[in-house]
Amino acid sequence: MLEIQTPEAVMFWVLAPLSVIAALGMLLVKKAVHSALLLAWVMVTLAIFYIAQDALFLGIVQIVVYTGAVMMLFLFILMLVGVDASDSLTETIAGLRPIAITAAVGFGGLFVALISRATLGREAVGLQAANADGNVQGLAQKLFSTYVWPFEVVSALLITAALGAMVLAHHQRSVARPTQRQQSIARFRSGSLAGAAGLPSPGVFARHNAVDVPALLPDGSAAPTSISATLKARGDMLESRSFELGEVDNTVTEEK
Amino acid sequence: MNPYNYLYLAALLFTIGAVGVVVRRNAIVVFMCIELMLNAANLTLVTFSRINGTLDGQVVAFFTMVVAACEVVVGLAIIVTIYRSRRSASVDDASLLKR
Amino acid sequence: MTTSTSLGYLIALPLAGSIILLLAGRKADKWGHLLATALSASSFGLGLYQLSQMLRLEPEERAFTQKLFSWISVGTFNVDAGLLLDQLSICFVLLITGVGTLIHIYSISYMSHDRDRRRFFAYLNLFIAAMLLLVLGDSYLNLYVGWEGVGLASYLLIGFWNQKPAYATASKKAFVMNRIGDMGLSFAIMIAFATLGTVTFAGVKEASESASTATLTGIGIMLLIAAAGKSAQFPLQAWLGDAMAGPTPVSALIHAATMVTAGVYLITRSNFIFDAAPTAQLLVVIVGAVTLIFGALIGTAKDDIKKALAASTMSQIGYMTLAAGLGPAGYAIAIMHLLTHGFFKAGMFLGAGSVMHGMKDQVNMRRYGALGKFMPITFVTFGLGYLAIIGVPPFAGFYSKDLIIETAFNAGGVKGILLGSMTLFGAILTAFYMTRVMVLTFTSPERWEEDQHPHESPILMWLPMVVLAIGSVTTGYLFTRGDALVHWLEPVFGEHGEHTELLPHKVVSALAITAVIIGASIALVKYQFSEVDAEAPNKVSILTRLARKDLLQDSFNESVFMRPGQVLTRWLVKGDDNVVDGTVRLVGRTALGAGAELRRTQTGFARSYSALILIGALVLIAGIWVITQ
Repeated sequence: MLEIQTPEAVMFWVLAPLSVIAALGMLLVKKAVHSALLLAWVMVTLAIFYIAQDALFLGIVQIVVYTGAVMMLFLFILMLVGVDASDSLTETIAGLRPIAITAAVGFGGLFVALISRATLGREAVGLQAANADGNVQGLAQKLFSTYVWPFEVVSALLITAALGAMVLAHHQRSVARPTQRQQSIARFRSGSLAGAAGLPSPGVFARHNAVDVPALLPDGSAAPTSISATLKARGDMLESRSFELGEVDNTVTEEK
Repeated sequence: MNPYNYLYLAALLFTIGAVGVVVRRNAIVVFMCIELMLNAANLTLVTFSRINGTLDGQVVAFFTMVVAACEVVVGLAIIVTIYRSRRSASVDDASLLKR
Repeated sequence: MTTSTSLGYLIALPLAGSIILLLAGRKADKWGHLLATALSASSFGLGLYQLSQMLRLEPEERAFTQKLFSWISVGTFNVDAGLLLDQLSICFVLLITGVGTLIHIYSISYMSHDRDRRRFFAYLNLFIAAMLLLVLGDSYLNLYVGWEGVGLASYLLIGFWNQKPAYATASKKAFVMNRIGDMGLSFAIMIAFATLGTVTFAGVKEASESASTATLTGIGIMLLIAAAGKSAQFPLQAWLGDAMAGPTPVSALIHAATMVTAGVYLITRSNFIFDAAPTAQLLVVIVGAVTLIFGALIGTAKDDIKKALAASTMSQIGYMTLAAGLGPAGYAIAIMHLLTHGFFKAGMFLGAGSVMHGMKDQVNMRRYGALGKFMPITFVTFGLGYLAIIGVPPFAGFYSKDLIIETAFNAGGVKGILLGSMTLFGAILTAFYMTRVMVLTFTSPERWEEDQHPHESPILMWLPMVVLAIGSVTTGYLFTRGDALVHWLEPVFGEHGEHTELLPHKVVSALAITAVIIGASIALVKYQFSEVDAEAPNKVSILTRLARKDLLQDSFNESVFMRPGQVLTRWLVKGDDNVVDGTVRLVGRTALGAGAELRRTQTGFARSYSALILIGALVLIAGIWVITQ
């Protein structure tokens, strides 16, 4: 008979609601980065649950591979892709959201009800016996005997996926990369000469030189073009006006 | 406490993930929701492994992780490719199947 | 048992000829007719070789079969494409190839001005091949292939000048009416297969000994329908008159000498069935008797020389059918009349063709007259055929028809007297209408249209006529000398027991000759010694009027079968449009409507699809919920 010790119960009742809240938050927050961080939290929680359930190896792998590698991959891609309208939470397909939520509530409710109704027919056992030689040894025993064939197949899958990702991400240029000279000519030929000399860098002449501080133009006004579009889309740009210089002091005379 | 509680938790997480897949438009968030669903499934596997007293569930969960990793790699590559051609990571923008 | 393998070549040669001629196109125009004639002649040569081989053997050993290839092999049902050469087949082989070759030669000249002479010869060769397959097949199924083949060739040749709508219609009519007969044959084959389990002649013969009379009667009646269709027997006779639309050599070969006798061949070949099914046999006799009078009556009123001859053919085949229906005593006699008829009727048709050739394709006998002076060879050869058909001794027709009349009288009882009287009456009619044809064409005063310059035909045309005339003179004597043909065919038909003679042989002959004299005299009085109108008189008896309209056969067919059939077809079309098509269209519309509605779910948005998956999962889990309740 499997006895669940009180500490584990306490841990469960503390962490489980937290993970559910984090999961819900992942759904509700607007920014993908926040979603990613909340998901990372859910995964860490799950890792703790794994370890609590005598799955030490999986728990470590969960943290290292998932929370560490996979989630970082997500963040990396987020950074690469940037921010766009997809972050908006307004629904564009009419009626989809109520349908989805109704269906999900029904699904979850039935699921939970089914679990509560299910009986195993015998007592839960626990992993003390199986983990007698240690969890890693036990897993290795299985992995390299009974499951050696799936293991090999999965390794092949991993290689294939790596190759596939490379092929997908590889970008073949259809036209030659424009040279600096061509870019320069293009700038001058474009409608306005405003950017002909290149866009201003953020923070120039401003009070701070952080990337989210717009540069100041010679007349003292802020230059929005000096800030990265991604920062603007995220709303991370500081208000330009607050960085503009005050009245220009014309009383200062040149010293001879 | 009953180990079955882990199963309830997994069911909840799975459902939340499913809703996320349907509701969210950002392809990356959709992917994260799928990861959440996979993790919920993993939790059930680990819990059943414990209930049954064998390690097979954990082995399968391990395989799930590998497959999930593969899926993330390929999926993200696809997202990057789509983003490169359409300048958008919204799953709705890639609605070319209709035409 | 000889193991000669040249049997296949007999068919293959003319078949190859037709294929070459049809595929070679205009290039073959110069030599196509020569090739076709040569191939037909070589088939005849092969036939003679086979005959010489047979003559060396004992009568019982003369028949042999040759398996060409395994055709159908399904479970216990096996049909080989095999050929059977026996005493009966060789008669037909020689008739077909011999007369066929003569008509090929004739056609070289007759068709020389036709642009499509090559196509004509291709069809002729096709016909020869199909007809040979018909008579050489060793099973009903092989016979059926040839049967359809000659039907096809007949259709193509009747409609050879299909640029004239009437001729095209005539070919269609022949084809459609033949279908009825073909259906009978296919039913016969199906019944034989279903009940006897075999379709070879030998197999059916063996199985028929233990089969029920009902089965055999069914097969027999179906075979009779087949024979009636192909041989233009009552009630499927209407197509033969119109079949004269084809070129005259075709009428001579197909619609006088060979194809139309296929029905008689079928009945005599199936003698074992009819012997065991008296009802079917009686029906054969009735059909034969009715047709012989029917055809003769039509023949008395026709002014078109070819149609008169066609009616005569119908009547003469009626004689054969009647003889074939008289059982073992009649089979050989039917074949004998068939062979002699093949000679004299083919000769007369060629003569008619020769007359038409000299008279600018005029076919109305009322516009002929006194042609004997201008076409002496045609006159003599036609005259010899004429003497043969009406049964003047010692010409061929006398022997064979005399035997039929005698056998009919000897059939016994009231039936015998009735049949005998009918054949005698038929003989009177035959003498009448043939004398009419002869007199109107050759001896009565001329009633030509203007601008006619009758002349004798070229040698290529009169030579075959002469050969056939010799045949019409001699064959009867040759066949009956010592009962040669009857004994020759005995292994096929079995010996026929002695019959009680109702009338002595000499009395029958005397009666027959008397009949001929009566008929011929009436015709002479009416046409030779009295004025003949160049236009057909309108004030004639009702019987003549009926006979001119082919005894209303077409009107009957039209009112009883065609018009109700058309009405039925219209209703069926309407039913098809509304019910069948309506259902199909409804299905289509439903699918379209459902598609149009369901298309709304196909938004192209991956998220709506995933919502559907979620709903699906919900349904699934609800199902599990309900099941495990």
